[in-house]
Formats: sequence, structure tokens, C-alpha cells
Amino acid sequence: MLTIEDLHVNIGDKQVLDGINLEIKEGETFILFGPNGSGKTSLLMTLMGFAGYEVTKGRIYFKGQDITEAPMYERARLGVGMSFQRPPTIHGLRTRHLVKMCARKGDVNPDMLADIVNMTDFLDRDINSGFSGGEIKRSELLQLMAQQPDLVLFDEPESGVDMENMQLVGKVARDVLDGNFNVAPDLSLKERKERTRTAGLIITHTGYILDYVNADRGQVLYKGHLCCEGRPRDILDHIREHGYQECVRCMN
Amino acid sequence: MKEIDLSEFKFQGLEQEALQDLNDLSEEDKEQLLMAGVVSDLSTRSASYLQMDQSAVHCSSKNDDVEIMDIKDALKKYDGLEEYFWTLVDKDKDEFTRSAYENLHGGYFIRVKAGAKVKEPIQSCLMLKSENVGQNVHNIVIIEEGAEAHIITGCSVAHGTKAGAHLGISEFFVKKNASLTFTMVHNWSENVAVRPRSAGVVEEGGKFLSNYVLLKPVKDLQMYPSIEMNGPNSVARFNSVVVAPEGSHLDMGNRVVMNAPNTRCEIIARTIATGGTIINRGHIGAHYTPSKGHLECQGLILGDGRIWAIPELDGSTEGVELSHEASVGKIAQDEIEYLMARGMDEDEATSTIVRGFLNTDIMGLPEKLQKEIDKQIEELQASDAM
Repeated sequence: MLTIEDLHVNIGDKQVLDGINLEIKEGETFILFGPNGSGKTSLLMTLMGFAGYEVTKGRIYFKGQDITEAPMYERARLGVGMSFQRPPTIHGLRTRHLVKMCARKGDVNPDMLADIVNMTDFLDRDINSGFSGGEIKRSELLQLMAQQPDLVLFDEPESGVDMENMQLVGKVARDVLDGNFNVAPDLSLKERKERTRTAGLIITHTGYILDYVNADRGQVLYKGHLCCEGRPRDILDHIREHGYQECVRCMN
Repeated sequence: MKEIDLSEFKFQGLEQEALQDLNDLSEEDKEQLLMAGVVSDLSTRSASYLQMDQSAVHCSSKNDDVEIMDIKDALKKYDGLEEYFWTLVDKDKDEFTRSAYENLHGGYFIRVKAGAKVKEPIQSCLMLKSENVGQNVHNIVIIEEGAEAHIITGCSVAHGTKAGAHLGISEFFVKKNASLTFTMVHNWSENVAVRPRSAGVVEEGGKFLSNYVLLKPVKDLQMYPSIEMNGPNSVARFNSVVVAPEGSHLDMGNRVVMNAPNTRCEIIARTIATGGTIINRGHIGAHYTPSKGHLECQGLILGDGRIWAIPELDGSTEGVELSHEASVGKIAQDEIEYLMARGMDEDEATSTIVRGFLNTDIMGLPEKLQKEIDKQIEELQASDAM
């Protein structure tokens, strides 16, 4: 589904990613660990196609297409979706309206989706205006549910979210990845699942999200390099015990 | 400010015939009125007034609690309206007020009787029909104690009329515990000069909510309505949505003075220049506590144009809470990228953001007017001006 080959990225003159190779298969959930400033967010931003992240070397393929130079909206239309950490407020744009606009695969019912993430009261508010950390996460998930991407890029699902919200965010994130939510009520659960085998690339610091999603593989990003591939739980346990120092040794 | 030469306009001899039924207007003129929020089907309006050039041509009320008439008739009926007429606006302020004082053509007198809660809007329209007409009107609005009303006033040119001058005096009186929502939609044209001179007073517990929409070109408009909040527990709120295409010169804003404790006011202006000039003024004065005022001037320059925001706060005693927020710029890149990440291309993202910026939902307008405004915004966006 997603293949990254020898990816080098600069922000201005500064190199932030130094030869990343990664493959994520259809329906697979991949967890990215790493200390602050290691380039995790830069990788996600580059995959989505944000301005300011300059690919100096290497390629990104999605569903077999080279998207290295593709504009952001083309990637989105191909099936890349992203949950923003700090999305901007857009005055006068109601959440309801944006949810509808996200749904390029067919009409959705914003009320029904909002009910799942407990966002009904926010549908007629300006998007992100005065939203708390947990509300932002729920709103991002709401938009992703409408968008139905084939690959979800999720930057720190747990940041700014209290424990109560974490349950909801974690559960819905899992449902998004598993294709469990009810967007096509005429199909059986099995069919829906087959249809929406969504892959995920999730950044986590705390690992809380691992309590909710079925993560298949994980890796540590350290100073722009990927290392230490393993089962996400094992990696997390290891980092908790030894910190990221082990990664330095690993790389050498 | 550009000079306006009043001698270029005809301030005499452009009377129009009375009109029993607004449906007798030509289809084009009805369309022009609708663009200013005025409907010819009166079933959804409690009262209507239409001024065409230098005559009041139509005046009707379905509601006994709403008195509406030509100001000239009101002056006769109420012995010159001494308590109201020219009490808030100085007739010697400038040549425009003097012109209206010396040569009155009409204008509406609206009185909503004490305690009446008028559900359906009252509408008025001031229309320029003849080429090069000069129009002097003077409007008086009185919302008596405990009454509530929504007035929609549309100012428009007739179909095909290009040039004209509209000089309008308006004086608003919102009495104790009364509430006035005043929505003004301007639908002028490229060669019209407009000089409203407006002022109002709000008494104890009164509410003055003002909405202003200008999406059409106008050559030169200057207005700065001033509201004095003279009673405690009074509220004033101003919302403006304004677009200035090439050739439009707008000098506009609101001034609110809080002269009593427990007063609140808010002035919010959203302006877009697509080639024209907007001077966006705002002034909140607070002289008693507690009092709270917020001023917002948000400006987008799309392509070309000038926006000059002049927010002013004047507090003269400890404990007042005044704030302002002003910005002039272009559409934020992070907003565009956010929408592009959802699959919109750059043009779609931009127009979605502009539409949101101009969103008038908060004004609580009647459905038909809201649709008309939405339509005008769509047309603006389709016209490549943005």
C-alpha cells in the first residue's frame, strides 16, 4: 500500500529525514516510536505533502503510484488521510459542512457519525473553534470516518486527551482502522470490513493507543533514521526500560 | 476620502407615483429589491415602506402595533417630532446633513408600540430610480418600552440606474427593555455615492443588534453610526460583512459609547478587498463599570486592494473591560492545507474559506434573505473577483 524508498527530507537547509525505507501493507497498522525531534512528525507531513518539507532524495509510492511530487489533495483523493495535531480554526465553516465535504466516496450522514464520537453538539459550530484537546481528536476522527481513507496518518492520538476521552478516541481509532463504523448500512459487517481494510501509521510517545488498536509492527525513528523493528509492545517495553539510548547502539 | 460634488446630482423634481402593490414593480426592480433583502410579497412582513427617488411611494402595515409612515406625515401628525427629529444627529455636521435638513424628500417613521413583540420583520427600502438622482431621506425608528422588532432595510438602485447620491439621516430610539434588530443590506452600483448619518440611543435593559451586509460595488460610501448606551443592562452588537471590489471606496465602522454600568457591546467586522479600499473604523468608549466591550476587525485582501483598520478603545475609569482584535492579511496557508488534506484542491479550499469568512448565519436572518446573500456570495466567487 505504502512504500517509502530511501527518503531524504529537508526543512530549509536542515535535513530531518535521512534515508527512510518503510513498507506498510494493506490493512496493516504500523507504530512509529521515537524521541522528540527525531523526525516522526516530519515523516507524516512529508507523506501528506505539506509545503516546506522538501524531498531531496528517494521516492514515496502509494497504491503503486509515485506520489513523491503529488499535491496534497491528490494524495487525499488517492486515499491518504491524516489526523492533525493542531488543526486551524476556520471561521464560518461549520463542522457539519466540512464532514460532508470530506466524504468524497459518497454521501455520509454527519449526525450519525457525530453520534459515534460524541460530537453532535459540535456539528453546527465553526470547525476547531474553541475545541479542547479531546474534542480536536474526536473531530479529526469524525472527518476521517467521512473521508474513509485507505491509509490513516495519526500523529499522537493521545496528546492532550484525558483518560475518559482516551477510551473513546482509542476505540474509534480502532474502528476506523478496522472499518467497523456504520457508513454503508446496506452491507454486512463482514463486507464492510473487507471493503475498508484501512492501514495506519501512528506516532505515539506514551503507547496508550496500543491498548486500543491492533498494531502489527513498529519501529523507532531516531535522528532521521529508522531502526529497531519489532512488535510494538516489545519496543514500548524496551523504551520504557532503557529509553532511546539502546537505539543509538543499534544504529552504530 | 474622495470629495463628492452634490451639484452633480438632481435634488429637485424627481418625484415618483404612489404604488399600492409592490408586485406592480417591474420584475427587474423586484429582483433589485430582493438583492437588498426586500420582498414584494408582503405576507412575511409586518409592515413595509418604499421610498423611490424623492417620494415615499408605498407604506403599509398589517400589524396594529407597528406604525409606519412617510416622515413628512409623521412630522405633521406629531407636531414636528420634537423629542426625536434631529436630536441625535447634528444638522450642521456637514453638507450632507444640511442637504437633508434643507430639502427633505422623505424617509420612514417607524414606531413599535410599547410591549409589542413583532414577529415578522418590518421592511423598508430606499431606492434610487432616476439617473443622477440625489435623495435626501430622514428616518426615525422608535421601539417603545418592552417592545421587540426586526427591521430589514434595503438600499438599492433600480435596474439599469448607474449614478446617484443617497444622503440618509437615521435616528434610533430603543427604549427601556426594548429590543431592535436592524439589518441593512446595501445593493448600490458602481457610480453611487452614499452618505448615511446615523445615531441611536439605547435605554435601560435595551438591546440594539445591527447587521450590515454589502456585497455589491459602490463608488463611495462613508458611514459611522454612533450608538450611546445610556441605560444600565443594555446591550449593543454590530456585525458587518463587507466586500470591496475594484472601484469601491468604503469608509465605514461603528462607534459605541457605554454611558452606564452593566453594559456590554461587541463590534465585529469582516471585510474583503478584491481591488477596492476599505477603511474599517471601530470605537468603543466605556465610562462606567462594570462594562465590557469587544471590537474585531478582520480583513482579507484577495489579489489587490487596501484595508485600513482603525480600532479604538477609550476607557475612562478603572475596571472597564475593553479588547480588540484586528488583522489584515491573506488567507492563512495552514487553513488551505487543512482542507487540501481532506481532498479539496487549492481553489475549492480557498473558496470554502472565503465563504466561511463571509458567513452571516450568526445574524439570524429570514430564510429568503439568507438564501439571497448566499447566492450573492456564490456569484461573487464565480465572477473571478476572488
